[in-house]
Amino acid sequence: MENYLNLTATQARAALQKKEISATELTHAYIQAAEATKALNNYVCMTADKALEMAASSDKRIADGNAGPLEGLPIGVKDLFCTTGVETTACSAILKGFVPTYESTVTSQLWRDGAVMLGKLNCDEFAMGSANETSVFGPAVNPWSTDGGADLAAGGSSGGSASSVAAGSALMATGTDTGGSIRQPAAFCGVVGMKPTYGRCSRWGIVAFASSLDQAGPFTRDVADSALMFASMAGHDAKDSTSADAALPDLHAALQASVKGMKIGIPKEYVMEGMDEAITALWQQGQEWLVEAGAELVPISLPHTRYALPTYYIIAPAEASSNLARYDGVRYGARVEAGQSLDDMYEATRAAGFGDEVQRRIMIGTYALSAGYYDAYYLKAQQVRRLIKNDFDEAFEKVDAILTPATPSAAFPLGVKQDDPITMYLNDVFTVPANLAGIPGISVPAGYSDTGLPLGLQVLSGAFREDTLYKVAACLEKQAGFTGQPPRHALAAR
Amino acid sequence: MSVDKDTVKKIARLARLDVPEERQEQIAGELNAILSWIEELGEVDTSAVEPLASVTGHSLPLRTDKITDGNKVDDILANAPEQASGFFVVPKVVE
Amino acid sequence: MSNLVAGQTGEWEVVIGMEVHAQVTSEAKLFSGSSTTFGAGPNENVSLVDAAMPGMLPVINEACVRQAVKTGLGIKAEINLYSVFDRKNYFYADLPQGYQISQFKHPIVGEGVLTIELADGTTHDIGIERIHLEQDAGKSLHDQHPSKSYIDLNRSGVALMEIVSRPDLRSSEQAGAYIKKLRSILRYLGTCDGNMEEGSLRADVNVSVRRPGQALGTRTETKNLNSVRFIMQAIDYEVERQIEILENGGKIDQETRLFDTSTGTTRQMRSKEDAHDYRYFPDPDLLPLQLTQDFVEEIKAELPELPDEIKARMVSDYGLSSYDASVLTEERETAGFYEAASKGRDRKLVANWMSSELFGALNKAGKSLAESPVSPEGLGALVDLISDGTISGRIAKDVFAEMFETGRPASDIIEEKGLKQVSDSGAIEALIDQVLAENQDKVAEYRGGKDKLFGFFVGQTMKLSGGQANPGMVNQLLKDKLRG
Ligand SMILES: [Mg+2]
Ligand SMILES: [Zn+2]
Repeated sequence: MENYLNLTATQARAALQKKEISATELTHAYIQAAEATKALNNYVCMTADKALEMAASSDKRIADGNAGPLEGLPIGVKDLFCTTGVETTACSAILKGFVPTYESTVTSQLWRDGAVMLGKLNCDEFAMGSANETSVFGPAVNPWSTDGGADLAAGGSSGGSASSVAAGSALMATGTDTGGSIRQPAAFCGVVGMKPTYGRCSRWGIVAFASSLDQAGPFTRDVADSALMFASMAGHDAKDSTSADAALPDLHAALQASVKGMKIGIPKEYVMEGMDEAITALWQQGQEWLVEAGAELVPISLPHTRYALPTYYIIAPAEASSNLARYDGVRYGARVEAGQSLDDMYEATRAAGFGDEVQRRIMIGTYALSAGYYDAYYLKAQQVRRLIKNDFDEAFEKVDAILTPATPSAAFPLGVKQDDPITMYLNDVFTVPANLAGIPGISVPAGYSDTGLPLGLQVLSGAFREDTLYKVAACLEKQAGFTGQPPRHALAAR
Repeated sequence: MSVDKDTVKKIARLARLDVPEERQEQIAGELNAILSWIEELGEVDTSAVEPLASVTGHSLPLRTDKITDGNKVDDILANAPEQASGFFVVPKVVE
Repeated sequence: MSNLVAGQTGEWEVVIGMEVHAQVTSEAKLFSGSSTTFGAGPNENVSLVDAAMPGMLPVINEACVRQAVKTGLGIKAEINLYSVFDRKNYFYADLPQGYQISQFKHPIVGEGVLTIELADGTTHDIGIERIHLEQDAGKSLHDQHPSKSYIDLNRSGVALMEIVSRPDLRSSEQAGAYIKKLRSILRYLGTCDGNMEEGSLRADVNVSVRRPGQALGTRTETKNLNSVRFIMQAIDYEVERQIEILENGGKIDQETRLFDTSTGTTRQMRSKEDAHDYRYFPDPDLLPLQLTQDFVEEIKAELPELPDEIKARMVSDYGLSSYDASVLTEERETAGFYEAASKGRDRKLVANWMSSELFGALNKAGKSLAESPVSPEGLGALVDLISDGTISGRIAKDVFAEMFETGRPASDIIEEKGLKQVSDSGAIEALIDQVLAENQDKVAEYRGGKDKLFGFFVGQTMKLSGGQANPGMVNQLLKDKLRG
């Protein structure tokens, strides 16, 4: 089992091809690992039988020489992706018992390419949160910890995804990123998390949070795996009107290429007051690594950076308030009968079915769109959003990629930031701008905090230039040589 | 712009959320805190800025007029909390 | 003609605006691939998108866009090359998404105009403010269960055009003419089948009254009227109701009302409606719809000739009366039938035959023009036989009745029954000789100065010929013979 759980996807694939291991054995190992790390609360639903069936099919295809690019690789799925015949709840009480009769485009592409589904992973309710604490199933727990310290947040919203990949209970996992929900938990858990260009991965069949910002992406152990999984997830989908009909760049070549001569932008606005010193130091270190590898640093300015979070906290709740109107107890989910009228039923169902944070955001969004406030809030936010995008457009005329910290802090203990929504929202200060601008971003584990927790660096590139992103990420990964295994890894838990 | 209890009631009604009387004050406070933080945006001069609704530059893709879906009543009703003779069933609606 | 309504305390002016929801003729729905067919079993024409399942996304139907553009061109409206789909947010049992996808700030069609003609021959230009595309909602059935409503989503997502008029209408008669004219244009264009009974065309009517020359009064909106008669009834009722309230010192509440078809009255909606706050915003699942001028030109090139143009041509080129032309152009099928039947022959005669004999027979038989047993060519051939003197107009009526009954061509019937008009002077002379011989006393009286008897001789001769003698020749030959 040791051998299996330590393999990257790229390595596991090679071992499967050479028949050194079988998909069934690999899948078994992951099912056991998930059992062994149950305390991390990563899985909200295990599909062990289905996984073993899929693994058996994979073994057959490998034997027949028909292996797909992800053949036999066990993957966890964020519970935001609809999966045929498997309960999909978005970690909300309101969707308890909902079993889709359809499969999201992204997951169906993974299965098409041979991946094996382990189960559904924990996340914040409707992906609204930065610590996975709003989940109706309780928080996913970070496998990293400080000596004798409290349980740490895995980050959010895709906390279960980050935690399971870090803890060795999933080889790879899907996530979604609306304001940082892939990159922030990846940084907290010491794994690679990538948010593609808006429109790269189909949103069809993914429970919507904020449609103009949502984007699916991969969680993996390393950068090469990230590119491998992303290639399967991406692709034009006629069922999503916002899906981009653009060919993927050559990612394989990008992973091999050098950053020599590349211009890397360092935005002055990402120097935040009160930022963890270790993070400032790591950012500095990252710049030096890139220079050593032959890249050129270019100081840039993204002047509207400080307005990104307030802009996000109008646009995302506004869209969410409308996207979540369909959860009304009529066609699916949990209905609460109350009073006599249909409206009584709606109000009772939604009050009982949505958690506090989701209700808070629905209220903010409803308010921001309501008569008399639309111009002051929503319209204003859309205007500032354009300015933020313009900042990036101008920057990418001068530089190939941008290097920033991924998060303003390392993972924090569960429970501490719950009382103050705004403190929690500040977690996404470095990640949100990429969602507003629609550009890709990746978080690469690159160092440690004073207390030994993983820290990530973020790389941003222009839209549809994931090749550039991977080029820089691969360089950082190589230079950083991050190999840490969390204390609560499945291997340690046995 | 400050949110009071009545505004909370009004928003909750629009959003069909049953917010108990005793929580309205607290929620008003939370919303005000968030809104006053958001009001920073007022500093930005946007008088000549076209609002951005989508980062995708392309135009709306059009599909051809063909029947490709439907006739799946079982799928449609599969998760319904209440149904009868092929219909969804809800508490009586008064017009 | 004045449109003012007399009240107890003076005259009132009626102001009406209409919002017409016209179902776009298309195979599939606006944003999903399920069928738009009427009459399917509950929830059969429903896709996962129509039922707003989690993660489902809309993709627009090109045909619906074309239909909206075509309709805009048909009312000479401005086509907006840039339009945006917005979400109109509200909760309702038959609105699965919790919002309707509609167009708010940037509709696909802008200002246009529709000309109506009233019975008194006056014409009026009614302004069209806009046409936008939107989704229809599902249907709630309230009478299946004492405490429950049943929801059928078959209509959910069907494409509608909302056609919004300016408040330019001044009477229920004008409103009736407006909806009929609009329906006619939509049917010519083929963009809506106009079937009001099935709900393909429904009108919301905004009615207010004011003293002439004063500012607009408060209006009420009566929703979902699905026949011309109901529209007119609802307006008449509202006008009377509002005038009575105002004349008794009351005021009109701006409200939504429902029409009761059994009593012909309107009533306030029973449910206390919340103040509307639809929170419109651009649908982030859809991008702005950007059309090219070429796309519009292509549709323009496909436009059929419209009723106003055909009518003008019928009056100027065919010499028809404005009234006849109106009747013949109300429906595209009628105009098409007429054009085919009258081509290359006496246009006026064909028009007369259509509006009297054909429409009369169809009416009596309860048939539509499409079901007519007499084809345009068949009717044309009959008219030819009249024009060339083969049969008389009177015989033609019998022939037509037979044609309508059996669907056989006129020539066969005439041949078989030997109804051909006799134009052989020898044969007619022989008939006249017989008549004169049998009525020598009357011949003497005639020659003695009793001119009136001429008609008697004509009648007798025609009768003897079984109606087939050419009446003109009979007249001429009789005159010659009687002169002696
Ligand atoms: Mg209306
Ligand atoms: Zn409408």
